[in-house]
Amino acid sequence: MTARAVTEATFEQEVLNNDKAVLVDFWAEWCGPCRAVSPILDQIATEHSEKLDIVKLNVDENPGLAMKYQITAIPAFKVFEKGEVVKTVIGAKPKPALEADLAAFIS
Amino acid sequence: MRDIIIIGSGPAGFTAAIYAARAELKPLLIASSVEIGGELMNTTEVENFPGFPDGIMGPDLMAKLQAQAERFGTEVVYDDVVELELVGPVKRVKLGNGETHEAAAIIYATGSAYRKLGLPEEEVLSGHGLSWCATCDGFFFRQKTIAVVGGGDSAMEEATFLTRFADKVYVIHRRDSLKASKIMQQRAFDNEKIEFIWNAEIAAIHGTTAVTGVTLRDTVTGDERGLDLDGLFVAIGNDPRTHLVHGKLDLTSEGTIAVEGRTSKTNIPGVFAAGDVTDPHYRQAVTAAGSGTVAALDAEQYLAALPKAPEAEVAGDAASVAEAEAGQAALAVAN
Repeated sequence: MTARAVTEATFEQEVLNNDKAVLVDFWAEWCGPCRAVSPILDQIATEHSEKLDIVKLNVDENPGLAMKYQITAIPAFKVFEKGEVVKTVIGAKPKPALEADLAAFIS
Repeated sequence: MRDIIIIGSGPAGFTAAIYAARAELKPLLIASSVEIGGELMNTTEVENFPGFPDGIMGPDLMAKLQAQAERFGTEVVYDDVVELELVGPVKRVKLGNGETHEAAAIIYATGSAYRKLGLPEEEVLSGHGLSWCATCDGFFFRQKTIAVVGGGDSAMEEATFLTRFADKVYVIHRRDSLKASKIMQQRAFDNEKIEFIWNAEIAAIHGTTAVTGVTLRDTVTGDERGLDLDGLFVAIGNDPRTHLVHGKLDLTSEGTIAVEGRTSKTNIPGVFAAGDVTDPHYRQAVTAAGSGTVAALDAEQYLAALPKAPEAEVAGDAASVAEAEAGQAALAVAN
């Protein structure tokens, strides 16, 4: 399952008003580590779709949200619950390391 | 069991794979899970790789090297090596997903990792204004004041690249001259957004949730002063990535894997090393590629000199013994 894209237009509905926990992957086309980690996120999205929603936000196309959430390094992953950021993970990491960081939301 | 496993997906690993694949050794290349392509993935324009007179983007060059390796039958696995067994005729490579792969020969080409400043605040501020990847993070520093630490080609490239976004880029270097190539130096000197701070090192990084500045220490006088910054990019060099082979392969005093003369042979037969993990001096994409070639040719020669697979050898021996006995029997009859 490929994590679906969200934009400034859909962010409120898809992320802030989501009943489930949502991980937002802040990424860009020109960021090599973002592209490298993307298939790992897709795997995690597939394996844990019941607990965690995973969506992607392109920072080039949605600079307002990148600024609002004070993104200064990508890839950056922010987990939202009830509209609030409850966890931030920065940088491309191997799957076991990401799973460990996200344990509270996927296990 | 395979003939050969290549660990690493930079210019050394993929060039070794091109040669090994063309020698019909069907190499398995372990590319890592999130660092596929190695250091060039975080660079922009590569201007010194022969054959590209107009330059080529680092990630594009790596995609081409991978395509070339795969064209001849290289199999690429996107996972990380967690454990290695190198001694003996069967080498074992254990991956993060739990799988173990076996081969008669290994080429170890894991490159190097960014060196850290070694300051306690580094962990906390990493990703919050402190960065090792200008191409990834420069975008977020539009109209900001930032600094690059370092004096080599990477530092000059990053500083020059960052002027696309930032209003002001300091280059902080602990000496009074640069190690960078002349062309990269000149490009930085000519850039009016770049200001050099010589003979200075970072004594501390300020900020609790994001970088707000640094304390600079003069490397000559020891004097300290503050500098306000929105971001700090570190490009102070790299350390060979040898943690998987500590205690297994001999290292040099510089921390790289020791190889015999101009070959890629390590202290363990059948284990070859290539690229930046063996190279404390040159560390170029093209020297790494050359070194990958050497490793593939060394490995090919090693594999050719091996006795055939154990089962075949036993069968062969039994057959030749039977043949000799038959011959002697025939001789006896003739007598």
